[in-house]
Amino acid sequence: MNTVTESKLKRAGSLAKNPRLSQWLSVHRDGTVSIFTGKVEIGQGILTALAQIAAEELGLAPERIRMVAADTALSPDEGVTSGSLSIQDSGAALRRACAHARALLLERAAARLNASIRDLRVEDGAVQAAGRSTSFWECASDALFDREVDETAAARPPRDYRVVGKPAPRLDLPDKIAGRPRYLQDMALPGMLFGRVVRPRYGFSKLVSLDDGKVKSMPGLVAIVREGSFVGVLAEREETAIAAQNALRKASDWDAAPPLPQDIHAWLKSHASDHRVISEKTNLEVKSRAASTLEASYTKPYLSHASIGPSCAIAHFQGEKLIVWSQSQGIFNLRRDLALALGMREDKVVVRHAEGAGCYGHNGADDVALDAALLARRAGGRPVQVQWMRDDEFAWAPCGPAMALTLRAALDPQGNVVDWQHELWSNGHSGRPGRSDSPALVAAWHLARPFERPAAINMPLPAGAADRNAIPLYDFPNQRIINYYVREMPVRTSALRSLGAYANVFAIESFMDELALAARVDPITFRLRHLKDLRARAVIEAVARLAKWEEWTPAEGRGHGIGFAKYKNLGAYCAVVAEVEVENEVRVKRHFIAVDVGLVVNPNGVVNQIEGGAIQSTSWTLKEQVKLDERGITSLGWEDYPILKFSEVPAVEVELIDRPELPAVGAGEAAQGPTAAAIANAVAHALGLRVRELPLTSERVIAAIERQ
Amino acid sequence: MGERFQLTVNGTSTEVEASPDTSLLYALRNDLALKGTRFGCGSGQCGACFVLIDGHPTPACDTPLWSVAGKKIVTVEGLGPKGELHPLQRAFLDEQAAQCAFCTSGILVSAAALLERNHKPTESEVRAALDRNLCRCGSHNRMVRAVLRASGQAS
Repeated sequence: MNTVTESKLKRAGSLAKNPRLSQWLSVHRDGTVSIFTGKVEIGQGILTALAQIAAEELGLAPERIRMVAADTALSPDEGVTSGSLSIQDSGAALRRACAHARALLLERAAARLNASIRDLRVEDGAVQAAGRSTSFWECASDALFDREVDETAAARPPRDYRVVGKPAPRLDLPDKIAGRPRYLQDMALPGMLFGRVVRPRYGFSKLVSLDDGKVKSMPGLVAIVREGSFVGVLAEREETAIAAQNALRKASDWDAAPPLPQDIHAWLKSHASDHRVISEKTNLEVKSRAASTLEASYTKPYLSHASIGPSCAIAHFQGEKLIVWSQSQGIFNLRRDLALALGMREDKVVVRHAEGAGCYGHNGADDVALDAALLARRAGGRPVQVQWMRDDEFAWAPCGPAMALTLRAALDPQGNVVDWQHELWSNGHSGRPGRSDSPALVAAWHLARPFERPAAINMPLPAGAADRNAIPLYDFPNQRIINYYVREMPVRTSALRSLGAYANVFAIESFMDELALAARVDPITFRLRHLKDLRARAVIEAVARLAKWEEWTPAEGRGHGIGFAKYKNLGAYCAVVAEVEVENEVRVKRHFIAVDVGLVVNPNGVVNQIEGGAIQSTSWTLKEQVKLDERGITSLGWEDYPILKFSEVPAVEVELIDRPELPAVGAGEAAQGPTAAAIANAVAHALGLRVRELPLTSERVIAAIERQ
Repeated sequence: MGERFQLTVNGTSTEVEASPDTSLLYALRNDLALKGTRFGCGSGQCGACFVLIDGHPTPACDTPLWSVAGKKIVTVEGLGPKGELHPLQRAFLDEQAAQCAFCTSGILVSAAALLERNHKPTESEVRAALDRNLCRCGSHNRMVRAVLRASGQAS
């Protein structure tokens, strides 16, 4: 089953949870429209795409649309901005809400003009009939939208789209490129203090002693805040807060954290607390045709989010109320956990989203909000900004989980896969706030009465988490997929862009190439032979054309490879061909990518997300791993956690397959897995041998050559 | 605690009162309200805080105030003529050369220094000139195209 059909009973997108029309928009007398969304801008351009959808359905110029930053006091609760779901959740809801709003406005305009709706001439909110005129701005009122969204109101058919489907420039970029204040980091509230937090060098250890004598007398220091093992400083000037943080780091003594396993992948395999067979297909007759079998094991290390800007938050107690400005992906969930950790009622806490540096998953954004709130509690009513330092972020933000995978398959004499087995071992991929009885916020675990650290969990299939994309889209007659969940967490883990899909697709698509080689069949032919899904076949065929796959000229040290997935088996189809040169070190020269996201809302936005995803995945695949010793994370700066540089970035060419008749799905994570697999397959093609451990560093390549 | 430092920022002479070891980054952001220069790593390794000091791209986070007295400092806000965007900034918008854009200020500063000394850089010269700047969203190729466009070379 490859398509999701919308049930007539099911509300579109986020309307199920937020059914009132007034939750989504408000039309103003000045000719502008405020659009409320619970989804947040994290560098992916979502607000621009949602503005396009709203402008389209209202029939207005995009300039009239004002996207209101998500705010727990104002916005629909749309959960977390994650999983490449914003177009499906918020876009689908806004489409229906704005179509209904337009119908109501036209009804009222017709009544005012004493005309029938079909006689109205409507242009950008101005309405005319029989020589008289009115406008949406005159017809709108709060009462008009105080009702449930009627989803039967006719939405504009895609063939009539004028705004959706056309490239739209990002609404937030003019400020950001001019260097005007726009980020949370840039907010300067009157009387604001600067805060920093002092944490142990390693792990979740307890504070034994703190010698704060010298720091106390630093000029400009306002307070040293200590609650159990939570230690923070407040200062009038930012550099004073940093100096105090550094001094207290040296003047604090912590007990030792429990030692970490050194071979994390072996450890994962021996510490599964639960396992689940997530897919099983049996056809004994076909299985009996097995002529040869193959087995391979793959690994993925812990990855860091490594955003260029570390996490930041501002907290301000106003009487009994706490206002928090945060770059969190889930402001409602954050509000819940803040209230829990602070012992406050949820309705006394307001969380407002403010844009931050690029966000690729659950980083330190939520944690730093509690840091700021704990410090603000002692700031005498002054607002407090806390900015994590670079090493805070590398050490304390959750990592993308390490994973181990073992795949086995059997081929019949004709080279068809007759049996497929996939086992994966991983910690949970979601340790986000809002999902446990205990706050998922670092500072809460260090308080005098510490909250328990919740274990990261996995969301259920079909989207899945560790097992995201573990079920192959290929049509295999026999298959068995097992997800081994490891509850105990040597390193704090949570959601990183595409979750388990990155490792699962890397393993599946690497193994498909290993099987194709064993079957002596071209990798693309081999895939198509096992794939019925027409949209899947279309992206693979498109990328083969784009990359001129069949015209490849072999050359020493050069290789090309393909990787494919349908993200979550529910979302975007993406096929990547990578071209590499290998001479001890892997250099990725080019990526060709074909993508099908259904209806394309903002073509430039989709291409930007796919390009960016492919480049980030190239960086993960070639270079990245969190370094650990027995005490904890040791990669605390860019020197220990290198990422791809300008001179190392491959050319990327993207082809969009537009399907205006099909629902729009997200593009943000689609390229992560296929890119990794395409690179690994290209490296194997270039070398004639395979590296199965990520990242594909020169050490790994040289070791593989030497093993041979 | 504080000493007075005379700075020339974006062509204007200004005074900041702070301790001599205060980094230029915080003087710009918090004393002069020039927020375009970003904190990224605090150790000069990511390029998010690059400013031009006497024409050279320099990490403001690693530069103490005492060392820049009397020197010409240009931040992202001062790259273009007063109140206008620099041709690089216009090209970045034309190419939509960003995702989160947090690294952009520092990259614009590096690129402006490059175009100052090399009016028609090749693509690989642009990449080499930007190698000290990190970008995490993967907007590199768009930014390279934008720099080439700003130098009058159609992409």
